[in-house]
Amino acid sequence: MARRVLSAVRYLERGTSWARGTAPKKLLHSSASCGGGGEQLFVHRDSDWNNPDVPFEFTADNLRRVDTIVSNYPEAHKAAAVIPVLDLAQRQHGWLPISAMNKVAKLLGMAKMRVYEVATFYTMFNRSPVGRYHVQVCTTTPCMLCDSTGILDTIRSKLGIEVGETAKDGLFSLVEVECLGACVNAPMVQINDDYYEDLKSKDMEYILDELAAGRRPKPGPYSSRHAAEPITGLTTLTEPPKGPGFGVRADL
Amino acid sequence: MSLLHKWRCLLTTGESLWIQGTTILQACATLGIDIPHYCYHDRLSIAGNCRMCLVEVEKMPKPQAACAMPVMPGMRVKTFSEATRKAREGVMEFLLVNHPLDCPICDQAGECDLQDQSMAHGSDKSRFVDMDYGGKRAVEDKNIGPLVKTIMTRCIHCTRCIRFGNEVAGVEDLGTTGRGEHMQVGTYIEKMFHSELSGNVIDLCPVGALTSKPYAFTARPWELRRTESVDVLDAVGSNIVVNTRSGEIMRILPALNEDVNEEWISDKTRFAYDGLKTQRLTAPMVKDSAGKLQQCSWEDALTEAGRKLTETSPDGVAAIAGPLADVESLVVLKDLLNSLGCENVFTSNAFPSSGPGTDLRSSYLLNTSISGIEEADLLLLVGTNPRYEAPLVNTRIRKSYIHNDLKVALIGPKLDLTYEYQHLGDSAAVLAQVASGKHPFSKEFSGAANPMVIVGSDVLQRTDADAIYSAVVSIASSGAKLADKDWKTLNVLHRAASQVGALDVGYKAGITKEGLKGIKFLYLLGEDSGELSREDLPPDCFVVYQGHHGDRGAYLADVVLPGAAYTEKNGTYVNTEGRVQQTRVAVTPPGMAREDWKILRALSEIAGYTLPYDELTELKERLSEVAPHLIRYDNIEPANFFSLTEKLMKSTKASLGAGPLNVNLQSLEDFYMTDSISRASQTMARCVAAVKADKAKNTS
Repeated sequence: MARRVLSAVRYLERGTSWARGTAPKKLLHSSASCGGGGEQLFVHRDSDWNNPDVPFEFTADNLRRVDTIVSNYPEAHKAAAVIPVLDLAQRQHGWLPISAMNKVAKLLGMAKMRVYEVATFYTMFNRSPVGRYHVQVCTTTPCMLCDSTGILDTIRSKLGIEVGETAKDGLFSLVEVECLGACVNAPMVQINDDYYEDLKSKDMEYILDELAAGRRPKPGPYSSRHAAEPITGLTTLTEPPKGPGFGVRADL
Repeated sequence: MSLLHKWRCLLTTGESLWIQGTTILQACATLGIDIPHYCYHDRLSIAGNCRMCLVEVEKMPKPQAACAMPVMPGMRVKTFSEATRKAREGVMEFLLVNHPLDCPICDQAGECDLQDQSMAHGSDKSRFVDMDYGGKRAVEDKNIGPLVKTIMTRCIHCTRCIRFGNEVAGVEDLGTTGRGEHMQVGTYIEKMFHSELSGNVIDLCPVGALTSKPYAFTARPWELRRTESVDVLDAVGSNIVVNTRSGEIMRILPALNEDVNEEWISDKTRFAYDGLKTQRLTAPMVKDSAGKLQQCSWEDALTEAGRKLTETSPDGVAAIAGPLADVESLVVLKDLLNSLGCENVFTSNAFPSSGPGTDLRSSYLLNTSISGIEEADLLLLVGTNPRYEAPLVNTRIRKSYIHNDLKVALIGPKLDLTYEYQHLGDSAAVLAQVASGKHPFSKEFSGAANPMVIVGSDVLQRTDADAIYSAVVSIASSGAKLADKDWKTLNVLHRAASQVGALDVGYKAGITKEGLKGIKFLYLLGEDSGELSREDLPPDCFVVYQGHHGDRGAYLADVVLPGAAYTEKNGTYVNTEGRVQQTRVAVTPPGMAREDWKILRALSEIAGYTLPYDELTELKERLSEVAPHLIRYDNIEPANFFSLTEKLMKSTKASLGAGPLNVNLQSLEDFYMTDSISRASQTMARCVAAVKADKAKNTS
C-alpha cells in the first residue's frame, strides 16, 4: 500500500496524471501477490460487505464435503484440511470473506490467525470479490515472448476494464498473474478452473463472447494441437513402444 | 588479530561431549563463542529464518544455519572464517535493504541487536541503489493495543513475537500474512494482542519494530540507571529491573530468574509503574474537626496517632496488613502492638484456621515451587485462575503442558487458561466427591507419579474455607507421593505479595466483621482491599492508614501516614512458594513519604514503646530472630509437615457450602487493576478500556 502511494507520488512528480483505471503500463512485472486482484492488502479492513459480523454458513451439501475432507486426516490434525476447506468456502461464495475464514477456523478448531496466514499466502484465495469469470492472464516471460501483451490488450479493450478491475456487470475480473505452468502452450489465460492456451486475439474475443453468452468455450489449446505436443507433429516416440526386455543384456 | 583467532575452530571430537540434538549455536554459546543471530531464542522453538547465524562447516558446500544444525561427531565449524564473515555480511546487507535508517528516532537504538550486529558483522556500505522504482519496503503499522507500539517497517521477520504468542503466552493472535517481499507480521484484522504477557514481545523483538507505548520517546537506554528488584503486584515475586532516570521510573524490565519468572514478566508488572506517580500520599494528614483530612507535619500526625494508641486499651487495638506490605514493616508493626500487650495483627486475606491453621508453614505455601511444576504430571486446580492471579505460574503450567504432557483438571468456573484441561465442575459438591474418592478423577490422582493440587486464595476467603481446605488436603494426601520427602503435592496460590511473609511472622489470617466490633484503634498498613467500610467499624474507632496511595484505605482514615512503594524501599517479600526476596531502592519516596518500617519505629517512640532497632541491619537481625529464613535471600526454606497437616485436618467438622467455587479474576479486563498501584495507573486503565472495546467489537 505504502509503496503504491510512493510510486503514485513519483508519477505525479513526473507530471503524469495517475488515477485508478488509467494507470500507465507497469514498468516491470508486479507479482501476482501484489498485482493479482488489484490492490491486494495483507491486512483486513472492515467494510459493510466484508466484516466478521456478515454471516457465512456452509450449505448442507458443502458441510458434508467438509466432513469428507476432514475425515482424510487424523483427529488431532484437522488443521491439515484448511486449504481444501477454504477452497470450498470460496467456491460456494465466489470469493473468501473474513467471516468464511472465521467459520473455517471454527470448524477445524484452529486459531483464526492461522487461517488468515494460509488465506493470505496463497494467491488463489480471493479475499475481495471477483467477477463470475476470473480472467487470469499469464504475462511471465514465455507468454510475454508469445505476445501475451496483445492478449491482455484484447481483453482490456473488449471488456473495458484495466488489470485489477471488475466489470460493472460483475461478469469479468481481469488480473495479471505469474507463470501458471503452461509455457509450452503460451500465451495462455486461466478463467476460473479452465486453461485456454495457444491464444490469438480472435480466440480470446471468441472465448469472452461465449462466456458472456453464458456458454463454456472449449478449454485447452486453440491451435491445431491436441495438448502440448510439437505443433509440427511428433519428432520422437513416433514408433510403437518397445516390448519388455528391450535393451537388456542377453545373458540376464 | 592472530591467525588462530581468525580461524577459531570448534572441534567436537566425540558424541559424549554434547547431548544429541545440540545445535552448533548452542554448543558455541556453551564454549563462549558468539554467533550472531536474530530469530533464534533459547526459550522459543527454532525457526531458522533470519540466516544471520550462518557458519562455514568443513565438507559442507554451503554455509549452514548454526541455530538449526545439530552438532555431529567430527564436525569442524569455522566461526571466524572468510566464508562465514562474508555470509554474515551478506545477510546483514539484505536485512538492511528493507530496514529504515531511523535509528536516531528509534526507541530501540542503543539496545538494538540489528544496530549492534551491523556494527560487528555488517559491511561499511550498501549496494542498494533502487531509489527510482521500488524504493525501500514500507509496511503499515498495526494497532495491537495500548502497550505495544509497532513500527512494522522496521520488522525483520524473525517471528519471535509470533512464536512467543503461540508457545509461551498461548494466545495465537500474531502471525504472518502475505508472502515474499510483501509478508507482514501482524494480526490481519485490527485487534489487540489479547495476552497478559504481551509486553514480553517488546524485549524479544531484536529490532525496534515492537517497542513500549508508554515508554515511547521518553528515555534512551544509556541514560538509565538500573536497579534489580522484585515485583509485588502479585504473589509470584517476579524479578525485575527498575530503570530510572534522575529520580523517575522510566520503565520496568524483567530480570532473569530461572526459578521464578524465567525471563518473562506480566503486563501489570511491566506497565503499572505509572501508577506510582499518581494518587500518591506525599504528606501526613490528620482529620480536622470538620472531618476533612488536612496536611500536617510528621510530628503532628505521629503525635495524634501515638496519643490515640496509648489512650486505647490493648484489647481495642488492631492492625490489618494489606497486600503490598513488606516483612520489615510487618515485623515492626507486630512488635509495636505486642509491646502494648496486643495480639490483634491480621492480614487482609483470610486463611482457614481449623486444623494446623497457619502454624505449619507448609500448609500455606505453593510447596511444589514454581519450577517444580515442570516435573509434575497431573495438576488439579481448585478455585483458582492462575492465568490472571499469577501469570508466570500459568506460563510454567503451560510449559509443562507442552513439554511434559502435564494433565490439568479444574474445579471452578470454566476459564480460558491457554491450555486444555479437564473441567470437573464448579460446585463444592464435585470437590467433596473428588476428596472422598468417589469421583473418577480421584483414581487418576492417586495413580499419578507427581501429582499436584493448587487451591486459590479466592475460595479460601469463603465462609466454608475450612471445609474446602480440608477437602483439598485430603485430595493431596490421596496422591501417591505425600509421604515422599522430595515431592510436595499440596499448594496454595496466594494473590497478595505480603501474605506469606505476614503469616511467617505470625499474623493471623483475615479479620471478620464481628472481630472488628470492639476495635477502637485500627492500624491499616496499606490495607486497600476495599472489603472494609466505615460502617463495619464502631463509630468512635480511630483509623490510621499507612501506605503509599490515596486508595480505598486512606478514605477510612483519621490519620494518614505516607509510606514508600516497593520501588522506594529495601523491603523483604516472601512469594507464594516461600522464596524470600528483597526489593531495592530505585527512587526516593515522593514528598514527605518515608520508608514504612521507619514510620512505625518513629510511632513506637512517640507512643512510649521505643523499639530496639534504629538501622535496617538491626531490624534484619530482629527479622532473623522472628524467623531465620527471612534473611536468607532467594532461598526456599524446606517445609514438609503434610502428614501432620493431614492428621490435624481430619478433626475438621466444617461442611462445604452450596455456592459454586468462584474466582474473582475471570477475564483479561479483570487482570489489569487489582491493587492500589495498578488502580492508579493510566496505562492499566487504557488496557481495560481496550479489552472492553475489543470485546464489544467481538474480535477477541
